[in-house]
This record gives sequence, C-alpha cells and structure tokens, in this order.
Amino acid sequence: MGVRRLRGRLDGSAGRAGPPTVVLVATALLAGLGLAACGSGSGSGSNALTWYINPDNGSQAKLAAECTAQSNGAYKITTSILPNDASTQREQLLRRLAADDSSTDLMSLDPVFVAEFAQAGFLQQVPEDLKADFTADTVQPAIDASTWKDKLYAAPFWANTQLLWYRKSVAEKAGLDMSKPVTWAQIIAAAKAESKTVGVQANRYEGYTVWINALYAGAGGSMVENPTAKAEQIKLGIAGPAGTAAATVISGLAKSGVGGPSLSTEDEEAARALFQGDTGGFMVNWPYVWSAANEQAKDVVPDIGWTRYPRTEADKTSRPPFGGIELAVGAASKHKDLAFEAAKCITSTKSQIEYMVNSGNPAARNAAYDDAAVRKAFPMADQIRASLATAAPRPITAYYGDVSLAVQDGFHPPSKVDPRTTPEDTQKYLLEVLKGDALL
Amino acid sequence: MSTVTEPAPTQAAEPRRARTTDRARQERSLGWKLAGPAFVVMLAVTAYPIANALWLSLFDYRLTDPTNRRFVFLKNYVVILGDPIWWRAVGVTLLITVITVVVELVIGFGLALVMNKALSLIRPVLRTVILIPYAIITVVSAFAWQFAFSNTSGFVNDWFSFLPGISETTDWFGGFWSSLAVICASEIWKTTPFISLLLLAGLAQVPEEMQEAAQVDGATWWQRMYKVTIPNMKAAIMVAVLFRTLDAFRVFDNVFIMTAGAQGTETVSLLAYRQTITRVEIGMGSAVSVLLFLCVVLISFVFVKGFRINLAQARGEG
Repeated sequence: MGVRRLRGRLDGSAGRAGPPTVVLVATALLAGLGLAACGSGSGSGSNALTWYINPDNGSQAKLAAECTAQSNGAYKITTSILPNDASTQREQLLRRLAADDSSTDLMSLDPVFVAEFAQAGFLQQVPEDLKADFTADTVQPAIDASTWKDKLYAAPFWANTQLLWYRKSVAEKAGLDMSKPVTWAQIIAAAKAESKTVGVQANRYEGYTVWINALYAGAGGSMVENPTAKAEQIKLGIAGPAGTAAATVISGLAKSGVGGPSLSTEDEEAARALFQGDTGGFMVNWPYVWSAANEQAKDVVPDIGWTRYPRTEADKTSRPPFGGIELAVGAASKHKDLAFEAAKCITSTKSQIEYMVNSGNPAARNAAYDDAAVRKAFPMADQIRASLATAAPRPITAYYGDVSLAVQDGFHPPSKVDPRTTPEDTQKYLLEVLKGDALL
Repeated sequence: MSTVTEPAPTQAAEPRRARTTDRARQERSLGWKLAGPAFVVMLAVTAYPIANALWLSLFDYRLTDPTNRRFVFLKNYVVILGDPIWWRAVGVTLLITVITVVVELVIGFGLALVMNKALSLIRPVLRTVILIPYAIITVVSAFAWQFAFSNTSGFVNDWFSFLPGISETTDWFGGFWSSLAVICASEIWKTTPFISLLLLAGLAQVPEEMQEAAQVDGATWWQRMYKVTIPNMKAAIMVAVLFRTLDAFRVFDNVFIMTAGAQGTETVSLLAYRQTITRVEIGMGSAVSVLLFLCVVLISFVFVKGFRINLAQARGEG
C-alpha cells in the first residue's frame, strides 16, 4: 500500500538527516500514521473478502451476507461503499489498484472501465473453468463489456439499458402512435406542439456520453473505430454522417426549448423530476425510474408508458444505451480463488433475480426476466430484455476516460452544438489529447 | 529553549562564536534534537512531494500504462503553455481572485470597523458570529450554495423572482457568468471573516493618540480614515490581501462542487486535478501543478518585494 511505501522512504531520509533520536521519533510518528491509515481498511482473517460496491439501496450488502452464509465459512464478504457517480468510483478504485492494494478482492465496476483496468493489469482474468458459468444465458453487450482483447475479465452482474418513457396523455394528444418505433425528431416535435418537455441527460458528465453514444450507434456509427489500438493509433468516427445525425438531434432538442429550464445541467434525477412534473412529456432514462415513480409519484404512474429507445434516423433501428455493473477481481488480491467463488454466488441467476427485485436494477441473465416476481415488479420486463439484446456499449477502449471527457467537453452545452462543426472539432481535439499534445 | 545564556542569537552570534561554552553547545544540540523531527517531517511532506512533482513533470506517464513511461523533458510544459485551455483556466482563476479579493476587502474592512467600535460587551459575540461562515468546511458551504441556487430544490429563484432577469426557472449553473457569480458569492461569504479578522488586528494597532490629535486638528471622519487609519494599517491590509490572493488563486472546492468546470468555469487547480486524478496523466498533471506552484510563488514575490510587505511587522513584531 502507498502508506507503507512512503514510510520506507521516510525512514531512509531521516537516517541521513539527523541523530538516532530523530529517526526514532520520526519513525514512531509515521508508524502511528501508517497504522491509523491501514486500520480501517480490509477485514481481518485469511478468508475475509472486501467487495467495493457502488452505492445502492443495500441490496448488494444483502447479497454479500447471503453468499457469506451459503459458503459455510469458506469466505466472509464485507462491503465497502464507493462514491456516488461512476467517474469518481473509477478514480477511487484506480488509485487503490495502481497502488497494488490487496484489499480490492471484489469490485462492482461500471462496464466502461473494464477495458482500461484490464489493459493496465489491474484485473485478474476469469479462470477458464468459470468462464462458461459467468457468461451462460447472459445478454451479449454485458459479455462484450466484460471482455478485453478476447479474454474475460469480469462477471456480468446486472445489465442496464434505457427506455423511452412517455406520458400517455401527451403522446395521445400529439397523435403519436407509440406502438410503432418513434424518432427523436418526432418526440421533439410532439413535445413542442404540446408545450411539454423531453427529459435527457445533458449535464457535463458521464450520462451525457451515454446519450451521445446511443445517438451515434442509432445512426450506424461508432465513436471509436479501432478500440483496441494504442493511444496514438486510435481512429475515431466522431466526425462523419453519424456525428452530424447525433449533433442534429442534440441541437434540435436544445433549440426547440423542450429540454426544460436546466437542460445543460440535467442528469437522470433532474430528468425524472421534470418527467413527473406538470410539463412532463417524454424522457429517456434507466428502468429504476419505474420503481422510483411508484414510490414517490403514484398519481402519475397510470399515465406513464414505455417503449423502445427513440431512433436517431427514421430508417435505422435504435441502439439503446448499455450500462450496469460487472463484478471483477483485483489482480493484487490475496484471495483470488475465494473472490471468484464469491463472484459466482453473487452473479448466479438466483442472486440476479433477487437483486433485480430488491434494487430495481435489471439482471444480466435472460432467465431472470421470466421470473414471476420480476415480471410483477417490472411490467416492462420484455421490453428491457429486448432492448438489452441490441444495446450499444460505449467504446470499449483502454482510453475510454479521455474519449468520454473530450466528447462531453466538445458537445457541451447542448445549445452550442452545431452539426456542421461540433463533431469535427471534437474529433480533432480528442486526437490531440490522445497524442499528448493537448490538455483535457 | 532557555534564553539565559543565549539571549539574542541572531544579533550577537558573531562576537560570541569565539567563546561558545559547553553549555551553549549542548543547548544548540538540544535545540536541533527538539526541532529536528519537525524539520524532517516538513522535508518529507513538503520538500519531497514538490521535488517529486518536478521530476514527474518531465515524463509522459500514465498510471494505467506504466510500461510506456517516457522521459520527454520539457514537452509537457510546452504543451500546456501552448494550450488555450490553460490560458483560459488562468484567466478564470484570475477573474475569481480579483473579484473575490476586492469585494472581501471592502466588506471585511467594514466588518472590522464595526467589530472595532462595538462595545466591549458584545465584541466577543460579534466576532464569533462573523466567524461562523469561515468555520464551515468549503465543500459543505459549496453544496449549501448549490442547493440554494438550484432551480429545482433551491429557494433563491423563488425569493428573488421579483428582480429582473430572475425567474422561477433561472438555471444559475447553465451559463458562465451566472455560475461565476454564485461561485464568487460563495467564496466571498465564506472567507470575508478571515480578512476582517486580519484587518481588525491591523485596526487595533493604529495608535489612539494619533486619532485624537487628528480630531483636535479638525479632521473629518473620512480624513482620519484616509490619512491616519489606513496608512497606519497598510502592512495588515497587504498581508490580508496577500493571504487571500494566494488562497483565492487555488480555488477548487466551490467550482468542483457547483459546476465541475462546466460552462467554461475551469480553474487552474481543477485543471491539475483533472489531469492527475481523473486522467491519471501523472506527468502532465505534475507539470500543471508545478506551473500553479510557480504562479503562487510569483504572486508572493510581487507582493513581498513589490509592495515591501514586512510580514514580521504585520504580526506586531516589528
């Protein structure tokens, strides 16, 4: 760990600088610091596993307890909660992993970070004998996101995708037939005609990349064309017809004023608040909004409808965003075998069903969607499963962090997006960043 | 340390060196033993990281790609200084610094005058009340201001919607100037107490006799302020301005919480954070940090040499 390494260096410099008393005092002081820093870390014992989880409603901690009980003392999982959003979760995990922290036995990893971590050698490859078990009956994008250079580095745990949520009354008034695929242009026009809003995620954060990437994929493009290449050799597809189509949707939505009063700072929760409010019309968002609406806005629930993610172009099937969590084992963990055993328990179909019902987050295995309890909690289960099957993951590259930040920068704020210049400028800028010739 | 045998070591060191007694030597050695650990710790926690950052800034080094670490000498600095993003960040930082320091100085001076004139009975209470914002953690105050100005959960739009330009749906964090206004307001609210306390110390140093003499000579309140009070507390004012300028130039928390650099509000500290922590480009991030450090050194130098501030005098030691 970092603390231990620092302590070693300090001892050395103190030895040169002064008399022995100084060394003693300094060492005692720093040893105290070191102990204090390490004391609160991982659990003790040879079979203790630490699972770093993204914050949820306690359902992961519940699974940890159940798997611990099932293991009959083989291992004991304690959970440690990571920061709120995906980007800061990555920052914290990355610092631990780069310092070879042996407490990172298991981690709940956003799919976009698997490639970066695997390339850096931070993740333990899934053993051959577990591969089939981890990927059986699992939706393809989740397997793709857990794989880097043809090797499996994580177990798909839950798989997320976005749906188009709409207020039935608004769609009806606008004359939109929601049983057929709709385009972004259609819902923007409908919302404008009815003076309602279209909730999206356009704050300068990861969620904005999710939206932009789905628009690109929906136009048949991809932002990175050779994702496994080295930084200097990466070819981008940000400029071009797909970019123009994506930028046209964003700028059209911003200019028509249907994005709500705070479009440029809107995240998932802001979009949900807008959608549940008086001006709510349409919204793209993850399925958790359904359980959230059932808890907080019961009066609007009967008016809420859902369908497949809107099309970027009228003649191309939409590609909904892909999200979720993959379960990975740290390369520096001292109990890799036990960690994989625990991962097997946590990602089993039974656990995934339980997690889906308890947390509202969709499972990665297809069978979960046939479960009675799941179907009761998620009337749109079939739609989620169908969307997941054709969902488009964000670029699976080791430089995803830079790609995402540059795209967010280039396309923000939405009102300044110009289909003629924004995609091209963003591509040029990102290429410079990847070559190390520009700041980000 | 005892000062019986060595009353004034700095002034009298030369003539006494020849006849240093055993006792004095022992005391000097004891002095080193007592201060040594602190000195070593200071070296370890300040000098070492600075030197290490200087060293790392010469590399192309990404934490997730340690095998491709390359020595690039000054290339990182060339890239940064030739990048409009850097200059924009410097501009925004300077803007925030100038706005906040000027406003804080004016309000802080007013508060200091009030505290100075307040009855001795309520002075301690007043001082405590004024200090409350300064006691709040910046991140917490940043969140409080963000929530207050939010157009979904905040109350500011609701309360001030009678003013032109503010409505129920005004998105404060949706534009550069409105974001900057909230960021600066939060900074000012939080650190004005600091400036006012430093100025209060300066006010207390202005001799009462001079004020009385000026009053007897028929000087008005303004004349006394300009000709007696302010010239006599110049050192305190400059120290307050210097400390706050250095502080403001490193502004991070408020921007990080409220906009995270969106709407063009990225400051130099945020830029360093983004390169080092988010992108884990250790080389580039270290170079930004070194440049930030140099800016701070430059500001201190300009203040200390340019305005001839005597820090010792300001503390009442001169």
